[in-house]
Amino acid sequence: MIEASFLPAALSDHAPVLLVLVPMVLAAIVAAQPSGRFGWLAALIGVVSTLILALDIYGQMQASGAPVAYAIGGWQPPYGIEFRIDGLNIALLLLLGVMGTLALIFALPSVADEIAKSKQSLFYAAFLICFTGLVGVSTTGDAFNLFVFLEISSIPTYALIAMGAQKDRRALTASFNYLVLGTIGATFFVIGVGFLYMSTGTLNMADIARLLVEQNDNRVVQVAFGFILVGLALKAALFPLHMWLPNGYAYAPNFVTTFLASTATKVAFYALIRFTFDIFDPTASFVTGLLTWVITPLAVMAMVISSAQAIFQVNVRRILAYSSVAQVGYMMLGFGIASLAGVSAGMLHLLNHALMKGALFVALGAFSYAYGVRRIDDFKGLGQLMPGVSAAFTIGGLSLIGVPFTVGFVSKFYLVSAALERGWWWAVALIVFSSVLAVFYVYRILINIWVNPAPVHEPAIKVRRVPMMILIPLWILALANLVFGVQTDLLVGLAQDAARAALDGGMGL
Amino acid sequence: MMPPHIVLRVVSKLLIPFIVVFGFYVHFHGDYSPGGGFQAGVILAAAVILYALIFGVDAAKKAVPPSWVRIGMALGGLIYAGTGIVTLLMGGDFLDYDVLHPDLSHKSGQHIGIMCVELGVLTTVTCVMLAIFYAFAGRTPDISDEDW
Repeated sequence: MIEASFLPAALSDHAPVLLVLVPMVLAAIVAAQPSGRFGWLAALIGVVSTLILALDIYGQMQASGAPVAYAIGGWQPPYGIEFRIDGLNIALLLLLGVMGTLALIFALPSVADEIAKSKQSLFYAAFLICFTGLVGVSTTGDAFNLFVFLEISSIPTYALIAMGAQKDRRALTASFNYLVLGTIGATFFVIGVGFLYMSTGTLNMADIARLLVEQNDNRVVQVAFGFILVGLALKAALFPLHMWLPNGYAYAPNFVTTFLASTATKVAFYALIRFTFDIFDPTASFVTGLLTWVITPLAVMAMVISSAQAIFQVNVRRILAYSSVAQVGYMMLGFGIASLAGVSAGMLHLLNHALMKGALFVALGAFSYAYGVRRIDDFKGLGQLMPGVSAAFTIGGLSLIGVPFTVGFVSKFYLVSAALERGWWWAVALIVFSSVLAVFYVYRILINIWVNPAPVHEPAIKVRRVPMMILIPLWILALANLVFGVQTDLLVGLAQDAARAALDGGMGL
Repeated sequence: MMPPHIVLRVVSKLLIPFIVVFGFYVHFHGDYSPGGGFQAGVILAAAVILYALIFGVDAAKKAVPPSWVRIGMALGGLIYAGTGIVTLLMGGDFLDYDVLHPDLSHKSGQHIGIMCVELGVLTTVTCVMLAIFYAFAGRTPDISDEDW
């Protein structure tokens, strides 16, 4: 894709810290001024700069074949905080850059529609802080710093979800619920990091990993793994710790749902992989035991139970939210398989799921912009009224099921072959079963859109034209679902590099 | 008629300047003793909150307007990040204070740098404390008591 660094050396030398710095500074500037439009522009500059810097770092890594590291304040690791980007987190950074940019294009009309003018600048400031936190989590090489960035990303998320209250007051309880659970998750995580610090005396990830190798029998280390696993699984919405997610996604503003669904849980999933394979010793019996006997059964339950729950929802955004929990199950199954093939299938599904849910939630945003519809019964006849948006939604839905020639099929194919490699036939059967359940919930929406006739209103309800700012990101995402379903090299390559970097250490390039 | 709470008002008027001075002492002595921008910020905010408790939120809002508070919250972050950007522009790593001053044997750059970022922390903490206080104190209930 990109073979070498393309920015001037003054920028590319400091690219790892600029990734976090640019959106952070812009957030402060946006928060201090009242204009919502300036806020949007600044947010766009922030995410695009992240994308460019991430591409440059990718180029640097391709050229040198080594991870890119940066010591904050000139304090060398393990004493200072180190930012460290290897094959695993570059995939996340690219995902954040791309999805952030597409979601923000969609944000301008959608936020103008849903958020009061006086609150727009603070809304964009909160978004930028959240984005800073997510980028920080995927950049840092310091275990405690990761906790700080996790909180930096979570706290504005609560506020962003609560902003949905202007349309639906239930956003407030959803946000509060997430606040309580998210804080519990963060606390569990930081307790685990504390135990690690207690038994190693360091917070630098690479240094912890070096010191942990001899401590596999240490009960404190084992407990630390349990705490970190629970804390991050809560952030990643692993069944049954997903209770915050359906309401949060259903009542947040459309833009917030689109952005969170395609990034936030993914970053927590990345942190889980980083801790399990890079920091703890993945050959230790307590790690393999927990992965096989706790993570895998929960992942399988998420796939089946949440897909079944999705069938019975009335609110379309809740259908997709429960489906998100099921998709987290697929990723976690790859993680639980714990082989190179398994983790790369999980990472691939992480990238692909962002494309599918991005397309679906932007399409829902378009429907909601035009008609204000949310309930499944109100989707009747939308196919005739808005054929373009409906077609894009259909592509996303088919990808969610895993129809061939879509990205959903590619990641399920890799997941199935990873399960077979491990000899887990039952897992294959459950993946297929859960896909059948996905057929049901997607079918319920599509039949309303395309087959059922629209109800007749007298006088006809006023409809707003969907602006290009919504249609452009929608079609980019929908077509990406098809293109990367055929041209699989790019995403599969990124996912396999990531898995190699996680499991074998080094770069995985 | 005598104004109410005369003792409280006189005593707090006497105390508030000392609280503010103590806040700055904690800030500037943070190099050598426990303290620093965070603690000092809380003390400074406590002075304003005491003023608001005794003289009313409206008087406090006149003394420290909420619009300043909002700008101050962002400004503190900008001071902190700005210090880092200055060190970047002077050819060092992000937040590498050594480049700020050529006298390396006395670590003068480190002293200047830490004071600058602590100033940012002070500004943000003071303003966030006040913003939270104003948000709670200025809140009117959605439903008045008679409507229940």
